[in-house]
Amino acid sequence: MNTLPLITGLGLDGMIAWLPRGPRRVRDFLADAEALAARLPAGHALLNMCHDRYHFAVGFAAGLISGKISLQPASQSAETLVRIRSDFPDVVCLCDDDFDTLDLPRWDFPDLSAADPQEVTDIPRIPADQVAAILFTSGSTGLPQPHCKTWGRLVANGRAEAATLGLGRTPHTLVGTVPVQHSYGFESTFLLALHGGCAFWSGKPFYPQDIAAALEAVPRPRLLVTTPFHLSTLLASGIDLPAIDHLLSATASLPAALAATAEARTGAPLNEIYGSTESGQLASRRTTEGPAWTLLPGVRLEQDADTTYACDGHVEGRVALSDVIELLPDRHFLLHGRHADLINIAGKRTSLAYLNHQIAAVPGVLDAAFFLPDDETAGGVTRLTAFVVAPTLDSRQLLAALRPRIDAVFLPRPAIFVDALPRDSTGKLPRNALQALYEEKIHHAIG
Amino acid sequence: MSEAIPAQTVDTLLPEVAALIVEALNLEMAPEEIDPDAPLFGEGLGLDSIDVLEIALVISKHYGFQLRSDNADNVRIFASLRALTAYIASQRTK
Repeated sequence: MNTLPLITGLGLDGMIAWLPRGPRRVRDFLADAEALAARLPAGHALLNMCHDRYHFAVGFAAGLISGKISLQPASQSAETLVRIRSDFPDVVCLCDDDFDTLDLPRWDFPDLSAADPQEVTDIPRIPADQVAAILFTSGSTGLPQPHCKTWGRLVANGRAEAATLGLGRTPHTLVGTVPVQHSYGFESTFLLALHGGCAFWSGKPFYPQDIAAALEAVPRPRLLVTTPFHLSTLLASGIDLPAIDHLLSATASLPAALAATAEARTGAPLNEIYGSTESGQLASRRTTEGPAWTLLPGVRLEQDADTTYACDGHVEGRVALSDVIELLPDRHFLLHGRHADLINIAGKRTSLAYLNHQIAAVPGVLDAAFFLPDDETAGGVTRLTAFVVAPTLDSRQLLAALRPRIDAVFLPRPAIFVDALPRDSTGKLPRNALQALYEEKIHHAIG
Repeated sequence: MSEAIPAQTVDTLLPEVAALIVEALNLEMAPEEIDPDAPLFGEGLGLDSIDVLEIALVISKHYGFQLRSDNADNVRIFASLRALTAYIASQRTK
């Protein structure tokens, strides 16, 4: 049986994590994981909701060595939890805060201080074909779609990212502003530590001052794993930043000007990562050096009509990508935006079709269409607009009806009430007609 | 924190903070339409974590102090426009 180690690039006395109370060596981490594994209830699925990155890591490792699958949904909505309960009847929810698990069995992260790190003699090996995690995307219908990740592919992903970023030679301490359960944070703050010889900070700093404090708390060299939005607010805050040695950004494309400002302010190189939950990470670029992306080692892209597929390397199967891609020689490519229907706001994805379905189902709405305007502000988050025909509703009533149906980041801002939508003779809504309506209404409102 | 701030100071500052929020978040409403005692999240204005960071940024620019998430009062600070305004009044350096 082909097996791969839980950790590569670090010995038992190497540092795997930094907590506010101090560092954890690999042997401390493994002792915690063994102790937790011995206490976890039976069952083959673990919904790991731990907020603390170290707790998540211990829970993941404990599950992995006892053959449990880590479930990592994109959203924590009631609908998602109900769905997980029905698909995984023996699921247990591992929590380290007051997260409301609804009717899922809750299991609080225990005190593991009795675990003895001196009893740890080796790093466990895991079958390469064991399904280690299932990451979920919201799917165009709104129902969570599962994507299985085997241990072998996850290890390969971590190693490929470390090689691309050149971390194998100089291990960094990873400070992440993104949650560890979602694909980007999972890969770049957790797998990158396990298989890139790095250590991670246990917290998830949010405000600019938190990010500065977290960086200050860990040794150099430091890699800040963040998003365009967090990065732009960090820079705009104007606070003094501790030394940063490398910057990583993903979830949305980073404007070149923001990348240049970030490099100038920190003196650190900035890499962007391109990927998706379905495919894992696929490519990287140094944004200030130009728009072309370079594929991670082993990964391949192929095209069929309008669609680009990712395969090989650490990609599970053959994954259709939702972006318009132009292939270039030497494993490079350009991104030309997403296929029109798909929406990504601050890393959360949905489709216009799903949103339009939800708004149309609101009592009193006669016709409606969501619209994502073109005007992208540097590093800011572009919000959706909705055009609504609903003579009996006001904007407050409409939002109240939409709130339980869609994630707050997709709520229309603003909702514009109109007498009719500019549908063409076949009933379709051309994007340029909506753009014209948007400009007319917004400029009218401003003027 | 907010207990030491006279209610009148908070009332005076409310319209200014409301205007900052409406402008920063591009909300489709007039500042005076925000109910000072309604929750800013969920049932109230329905703000999300992107909004919190946007608000934190304008607060730091206008009032000269930084928000921190290890502050135990965080949930209370963002409980309502009035709570946020009281917190600003107690922390502002300009």
